[in-house]
Amino acid sequence: MDALDLARWQFGVTTVYHFLFVPLTIGLGVYVAGLQTAWLRTGKEHYLRLTKFFGKLFLINFAMGVVTGIVQEFQFGMNWSEYSTFVGDVFGAPLALEALLAFFLESTFLGLWIFGWDRLPKRIHLACLWAAVIGSNLSAYFILAANAWMKHPVGYEVVDGKARMTDLWAVLTNSTALAQVPHVVAASFVVAGGFVIAVTGYRILRERGLGLVPGRGNARAVQDATVPMRRLPDMWRTSLRAALVMTAIAGAVVAGSGDLSGQLLREQQPMKLAAAEGLRHDTAGAPFSIAPGVEVPGLLSLLAAHDPGATIQGVDDVQARYEKAFGPADYIPNLPVVFWSFRVMIGFGMATVGLSVLGLWLTRPRRRQGGAAKPVPDWFARLCVLALPLPTAAIVAGWLLSEIGRQPWTVQGELMTAASVSPGVSLGEVAITLAVFTVLYGVLAVAEGVLLVRHVKAGPELPPVEAAPAGAVPAHSDEARLMPTLMY
Amino acid sequence: MTTFWFIVIAFLWTGYFVLEGFDFGVGALLPLLSRSEADRKQVLGTIGPVWDGNEVWLITAIGAMFAAFPAWYSGLLSGFYLAVFLVITGLIVRGVGLEWRGKVHSRREVALCDAGIVTGSVLPAFLWGAIFGNLLFGTALATVLGGALSLSVAVLHGAVFVALKTTGAVRARARRAALLAAVGAVPVAIGTLPSVPGKGPMWTLGTALLAASALAAGVTLVWGRREGWAFTATATSIAATTATVFGVLWSAPLPGLTLAEAASAPYTLTVLTWIGLIALPGVIAYQAWTYWVFRKRLTAQVS
Repeated sequence: MDALDLARWQFGVTTVYHFLFVPLTIGLGVYVAGLQTAWLRTGKEHYLRLTKFFGKLFLINFAMGVVTGIVQEFQFGMNWSEYSTFVGDVFGAPLALEALLAFFLESTFLGLWIFGWDRLPKRIHLACLWAAVIGSNLSAYFILAANAWMKHPVGYEVVDGKARMTDLWAVLTNSTALAQVPHVVAASFVVAGGFVIAVTGYRILRERGLGLVPGRGNARAVQDATVPMRRLPDMWRTSLRAALVMTAIAGAVVAGSGDLSGQLLREQQPMKLAAAEGLRHDTAGAPFSIAPGVEVPGLLSLLAAHDPGATIQGVDDVQARYEKAFGPADYIPNLPVVFWSFRVMIGFGMATVGLSVLGLWLTRPRRRQGGAAKPVPDWFARLCVLALPLPTAAIVAGWLLSEIGRQPWTVQGELMTAASVSPGVSLGEVAITLAVFTVLYGVLAVAEGVLLVRHVKAGPELPPVEAAPAGAVPAHSDEARLMPTLMY
Repeated sequence: MTTFWFIVIAFLWTGYFVLEGFDFGVGALLPLLSRSEADRKQVLGTIGPVWDGNEVWLITAIGAMFAAFPAWYSGLLSGFYLAVFLVITGLIVRGVGLEWRGKVHSRREVALCDAGIVTGSVLPAFLWGAIFGNLLFGTALATVLGGALSLSVAVLHGAVFVALKTTGAVRARARRAALLAAVGAVPVAIGTLPSVPGKGPMWTLGTALLAASALAAGVTLVWGRREGWAFTATATSIAATTATVFGVLWSAPLPGLTLAEAASAPYTLTVLTWIGLIALPGVIAYQAWTYWVFRKRLTAQVS
């Protein structure tokens, strides 16, 4: 165990953790903005309630995405100074652009949205939220373009042992980035859609007085069911169907861009593709194993080359080629991790999308019966709760596949991970920061979970949200109305 | 081009210290300015809508250093490893404290959030000064004095900001806190600032003097209840201090490293210049608009 190992663990822990919150920020932000837009256009109160309800969940989560993101911006310099010095000229540019063009937009306009409910005209207030969520999505583009460059470096030359950018446009339109950005952003929408589906499923059960497990009522939930939520019977149906549509469409984009990524992998990172299948030798008509021992012949070739007879390079043969090209070293990533994360990603992701398609069919409008929609079945409401863990696991597995599969390189073909670490940072220092971050993150994860569950259980606010008309405020305390509402 | 980007980065740090300076001060003073929960909400309400946007100045400064001077970025952050780590930890607990404060239920949880806000404000406010003090002089004394300077000035700056943005008892307390903070900040500033220009260019002597006199002026203005001008003065003082520090760092951003050695190639700097010149005025415009939207003083919440 040396500083390199701990630095890698730290990067893995902090980045995976950061990315538990980011997809929700990306996808849920758009979802909430959509709800608020629907409210503004239709004036229906249940849209406003949903906006505030999911808006609050969005903000609880947003905080975590922001603070864990700070670590990322510093970590390259702290633990990976050799890497930073080598790539800064190229890799730093998208990071700087991300902060300048995306983070300012996101944080400034979100502040305006949170505190601007009573202070800004409705349209401008909504525009602030849209500006903030555009910022979030833009930041995803820049950071993924930077990440794609590590896997498939373009638009640069190496001068005096440092990468020098020659073409920013090439970096920003890297084929790897153009496949990866829609893949990750759409996957974030699947996660966010799954989150809404799960929350809605839970609320439906609760308001029917049912528990998460069949056959067991929930005494407190029964009580909850008597509250006058039924005045707005369509509310959860609306949020559910919107989330199902979002998840299903995003799922199709994930699949399409994933297909594209697979083909780029064959050209750009043959080792990762081979490792994902555990393919030892170059094989024509390479099979895909659904699990070890259950192989579908030719499927991997079909997926990666759109040709069931195409040759896929194998781990051992790529190793031999890399040794010839880059000198003797171990070029093989952790095979079991890469193999299994590939399957978890595909399997859990497809399960989520399948669930959303099933839900769309179950909740379809029935015009023939006078438009009266059938209630969401209890069993499906229970199934909905799975829509939170499934895509979350899939997206984490996707990152493990992507980044562990890139090893031993930080920059494919240019810089190895072992040569990227900060030479002046000691084992003890990394151990301290790794330990503190892990503990702190663990505590914060529990806190965030408790907060989210509590707010979901409490449900949307019951009194009409636009209570306290201006006239209710005593005339002399005119400024009192201007106090930012800290309810959010 | 290298010089230009050095100035851009100095400008970003200046924006960060001026803006988040008062956020830190407000956070640090939270328990001292409040007698009740309504007071605390009033105090935090002054920075509620803006603190996150202010923090992005840091992220942008760091990102710009990464892109324009990779060796400076990596050398600074790996060199001040544990200090930077503590800054980040502070920013984490402060960020979740501020965001979650309005969403927790029990008093104990609110108190925990407040503890996070106070710790996460005091720690970075001290450490940034300590880091730059150490960077300039490399001595333990400079580290401590630098930290004392940045913390005390941030507290003063934050107190003036609260006085400017509130009414009633909180405003009166903030004014007293500002005067008390000045008792610490002014001597430290007068004791330390003149020594900073030492090996820097001549003009840094001027900015150091400006920093000290603006601080003194700020205190006088608070005394005279001219809070708007007092805030302008403390902001000027922080900006002038930052300019002084970066003026000295110009010749050697890190010991043994010149700016030219640390810099990215001209192509990268040129491209970033164009994008920065287009985007930065927009950022400044919409952040200024935020302050305009929330320009009214805050009274204690009625409900």
